[in-house]
Amino acid sequence: MTISIDPQKTDNESLQPKGWLRYFSFSLDHKVIGIQYLVCGFLFYLIGGTLASAIRIELASPMSDFMPRDVYNQVLTLHGTIMIFLWIVPVVNGAFGNYLIPFYVGARDMAFPRLNAVAFWLIPPSGLMLVASYFVEGAAQAGWTAYPPLSITTPQSGQIIWILSVLLLGGSSIFGGINFIATIIKLRRPGLKLMQLPMYCWAMLGTSLLVVLSTPVLAGTLILLSFDIIANTGFFNPVLGGNVVVYQHLFWFYSHPAVYIMVLPAFGLVSEILPVHARKPLFGYTTMVFSIMGIVVLGLVVWAHHMFTSGTPPWMRLFFTIATAFIAVPTGIKFFNWVATLWGGKISINSAMLFSCGFIINFVFGGITGVALAQVPFDIHVHDTYFVVAHFHYIVYGGTVFIIFSSIYHWFPKVIGKMLNEKLGILHFIITFIGFNLCFAPQHWLGLNGMPRRVAEYDPQFQFVNQISSLGALLMAISTIPFLINVFLSVRNGKDAGDNPWNALTPEWLTSSPPPVENWEGEAPLVAEPYGYGKEISERK
Amino acid sequence: MTTLDSSKEIQKNNSEVNETHEDFRMFGLITFLIADGMTFAGFFAAYLTYKAVNPLPDGAIYELELPIPTLNTILLLVSSATFHKAGKALLKDKNSESQKWLFLTAFLGIIFLICQLFEYFHLPFGLTDNLFASTFYALTGFHGLHVTLGTLMILIIAWQSRIKGGRLTSQNIFPLEAVELYWHFVDGIWVILFIILYLL
Repeated sequence: MTISIDPQKTDNESLQPKGWLRYFSFSLDHKVIGIQYLVCGFLFYLIGGTLASAIRIELASPMSDFMPRDVYNQVLTLHGTIMIFLWIVPVVNGAFGNYLIPFYVGARDMAFPRLNAVAFWLIPPSGLMLVASYFVEGAAQAGWTAYPPLSITTPQSGQIIWILSVLLLGGSSIFGGINFIATIIKLRRPGLKLMQLPMYCWAMLGTSLLVVLSTPVLAGTLILLSFDIIANTGFFNPVLGGNVVVYQHLFWFYSHPAVYIMVLPAFGLVSEILPVHARKPLFGYTTMVFSIMGIVVLGLVVWAHHMFTSGTPPWMRLFFTIATAFIAVPTGIKFFNWVATLWGGKISINSAMLFSCGFIINFVFGGITGVALAQVPFDIHVHDTYFVVAHFHYIVYGGTVFIIFSSIYHWFPKVIGKMLNEKLGILHFIITFIGFNLCFAPQHWLGLNGMPRRVAEYDPQFQFVNQISSLGALLMAISTIPFLINVFLSVRNGKDAGDNPWNALTPEWLTSSPPPVENWEGEAPLVAEPYGYGKEISERK
Repeated sequence: MTTLDSSKEIQKNNSEVNETHEDFRMFGLITFLIADGMTFAGFFAAYLTYKAVNPLPDGAIYELELPIPTLNTILLLVSSATFHKAGKALLKDKNSESQKWLFLTAFLGIIFLICQLFEYFHLPFGLTDNLFASTFYALTGFHGLHVTLGTLMILIIAWQSRIKGGRLTSQNIFPLEAVELYWHFVDGIWVILFIILYLL
């Protein structure tokens, strides 16, 4: 069965607000929704970053003198939840996915535009609700993992608002995932084969599969947790005969794949950026596709490596250690493919390229500590210490956030039609890279020496290293300033970008900048070789 | 002239190709149902783990009577068949017959919910009595919520399949097919739930 587009609908489209007002409307245009996701996510990033700064100020001294202990718990819970559910997941999936995927599959919009708008508009209210919970009776204090019995015994109102907010954000994520799967599989331009798609499509397909398979389990778990809090049931309350480890299993069944939900799209984005700025085809396209799918399958069966200290039986430790070590294989393949893409290329040193290279360096570091953490004897030693904090910030900040900035520098000319200032961009990169490594590298040492995470006070012998880390955090906070100045200046009077400033071959560059409402004036172009750099035009298929 | 005309013809054809696309609403619905099924899978996994590792305290009551849930299973299975009949009838443009089958399906759904409530009121344990009781109410309650939503949707499409001014026709049958698939899904979940909660 086919659907024809109702002429009445197009009339309704023309009634939608124009100009900047459309960013505050229930717009159905995938490009508007993408920008809504990005700007909304960035505002929450600023809030989460402020909270991170508060944490680092508190930790500059061993006593809890900057804020009381319970406020510290609230701040770290809000920081984690905001950064994961309101900044990284919506931006790296929602923002870039919505903007780019329809171009890449040669479509005029996403498969379900209304569902898409609904998915976005769930985010601002739930985010504001989460932030507002701090001013009601105090925010949740149990960390972003909300482990019972801690989440059952801490003040209820904050925890319940936290659960509601995460449920709504999970719903938004699932709707987005359904939309991406349908768009990539069903809405491809006729003649475009799956193996001709740009790598970001594959990354988003894998991510969306993980979203659809694992997020509902988190939703169910949080519903049970809210029963424990409100209705006094005992699912996860040992006093009433419940079992806390069941919560941990269900929670990590979502939250380990969530790591890949945060990092796989970044893998896809870096695979788009590197070939353009190195003027070389992406190395090993097929192996990239299979490693993404391998990560998706393995990512679903490694969750218990977060629980080696929760009384897991030996067979479970053995299985999850081996499965986790296996994930290093596809990830390593991707890493070598990126290096091979750069090898012998005509590399332009610009902000997008620098942030991508920063990503490769940080990510390999975070990956190695990840393999170390998968080993049971080592994991038991450093479990719940700053080593873990350092590890996941190397993945999530050094990995994904670096790629978000890289992507902003890469696609800004397409979205706005103006170039960003390169000098400010490189300054932004240098401060971010130094600040980030100064902040998180020393935390490995802190963790190995036994400094626990999530505690406002610590042994005074760690003070000096903590102050180095806080200095790094200060630099990271400062690094936002040149970026914001750059964006404001460039939007107002940046250099005109033209349609294709990077001479890239992927389809979004074949239309005008910024693109028209339905993406192309005429028919969508068929791009069979999105990475055909270094070949004569006649040689390209 | 002829070449110009033919090129125009091609352009026209192209624009027509652009204006239509395959209907993938069903694909989206199936993806959503997989996600929904994963929520149930999480609940089932939790229940089975509790059963395996968390022994109930002495004197805990967890014996369940079988007649009502067995009746409920039959009700839902029959309602799946009547729903299928409704779809067949609508495809043959027999709107009033289709409407009758839909109302019968909704009626069976309502009877199911009444039986479920009857069972709730006559069970010897409450929500917070023990771990088994909590899991029992959470699982059947979450499923009952699905049945309630399904029944409401069936009533809506039954209203829409009326002969005068209804928007459900043999040409526009997707709403009916979508609710039907959802209903079969809820039905299938019940069968699994019945087996692991009542029989196991």
